[in-house]
Amino acid sequence: MSSMPPLDVVESSDPMATPRRVALVRPDMRPAVRMTDEPYVMTFPNLIIREIILFQIVVVGLAVAAMLFDAPLEGIANPLETPNPAKAPWYFLGLQELLHYFPPVVAGVLMPVLVVIALVVIPYARINLSAQELWKGAGAGRLAAVIGVASAIVLLFAAFGCWPIVVPTACVALAMLAARGGGDGGAIRTTLARVTLPEWIMLWFTIVAAILTIIGTFFRGPGWTFVWPWAAAAAG
Amino acid sequence: MRALSTGPISRWLIDSSLYRSVVRHGVADTNRNRSLVVFENLFLHVHPVKVRQKTLRFTHTYWLGGVAFACALILIATGILLMFYYHPSVPQAYRDMKELSFVVDNGTFLRNMHRWAAHLMVLASFLHMLRVFFHRAYRPPRQFNWVIGVVLLIVTLLLSYTGYLLPWDQLAFWGVSVGTNMAKEAPLLGEKVRFLLLGGNIVSENALLRFYVLHCVVLPVALLLFLSVHIWRVRKDGGVQGPPDDTPGQEEVR
Repeated sequence: MSSMPPLDVVESSDPMATPRRVALVRPDMRPAVRMTDEPYVMTFPNLIIREIILFQIVVVGLAVAAMLFDAPLEGIANPLETPNPAKAPWYFLGLQELLHYFPPVVAGVLMPVLVVIALVVIPYARINLSAQELWKGAGAGRLAAVIGVASAIVLLFAAFGCWPIVVPTACVALAMLAARGGGDGGAIRTTLARVTLPEWIMLWFTIVAAILTIIGTFFRGPGWTFVWPWAAAAAG
Repeated sequence: MRALSTGPISRWLIDSSLYRSVVRHGVADTNRNRSLVVFENLFLHVHPVKVRQKTLRFTHTYWLGGVAFACALILIATGILLMFYYHPSVPQAYRDMKELSFVVDNGTFLRNMHRWAAHLMVLASFLHMLRVFFHRAYRPPRQFNWVIGVVLLIVTLLLSYTGYLLPWDQLAFWGVSVGTNMAKEAPLLGEKVRFLLLGGNIVSENALLRFYVLHCVVLPVALLLFLSVHIWRVRKDGGVQGPPDDTPGQEEVR
């Protein structure tokens, strides 16, 4: 505010003769710019050059990959000859792995729809906007809620024999409990203590999705039975 | 930074009236001209003229959105070239794969590049989403751009999936059969959606043609539209948002 020009106060009885500017600043809605002293740089060349270099790195990297590894091509499509197992592209193998445990309407429709809805509402959920460390100022209620929800998820998926979800869920729940009161523990507990509830949920979702995809991609053989990747490679 | 080209020949070129009729500003050796480079260019003006210096750091964004965008450009370029050699019909589609391998110059390279760029784009989009989430960059005023990002992720998956059928080999045929059988299970609309998508009850040459049109026209247009809005909104929403603790003001947002 020190750079403001001095204000001239003019007194007059004629309001039309002396135009005035009135600014009403509510203390809770100050239009003050955040971090005014933050350094800025010109977009050209600083950002543009970096973008061009990034593009070149991606092109060169992909060109090298394209020279080293050939895209797969099998025999011509034959509707009469079903390969075993018939696998979808890798990014859908997590869903295909779920098909092994749940009826198709649950694994193929309900779960992906729920995931998309959950992703869309992320920025509109109050819990995400006021993100706080999970255990900060938490009472016994939150402890009970975390244990209750985690147990419910573990039991639900255990009932369907879906261990690729049960095991990571239990691990994440244990990590959440280990973070409790970890503010002055070791380095790992201190880090865990800073994680917010929405971050825990996303972490859990990412780990589960990754494990399902990896199992579906590398550990599934004929009839969707469990195989070791090296066994599958030897057979294939 | 030093001006990029100040030799006598490029000087003469840049000062010529022909060049100036295309690009109105001179050499970018002043901040005024550097500003003009950005906001007199249809494509570059999705950027602001100045950016926060911090946002250029690698750990600020890991450049993941940039990698996905670079992949999109590579996919459009290689995809157009591949379209010159491809017929969306049975069994010519599969023969065209063989033509690419054994007849077309650099055909294998072209197809490999398209394939690996597609995989990288899916992966980079996922990682970009995780980066934005853990940096809490979806919070106001960026809520709507997050939603557009989710739409872009779905369009990317659909693009990759429709492209998966086009080689018309066993991998393509059964991969798409597995996926579209899942769509069938949706209550009420499942069967009808599957029929609409495949142009029949099984994966046939009708499905190949529909997937080809979706892959080469409908979905790329959708991708470019949403991508334009997505990148433009980054500027409108105040630039890229890095780790949450780098702008203290953001913590107060409710």
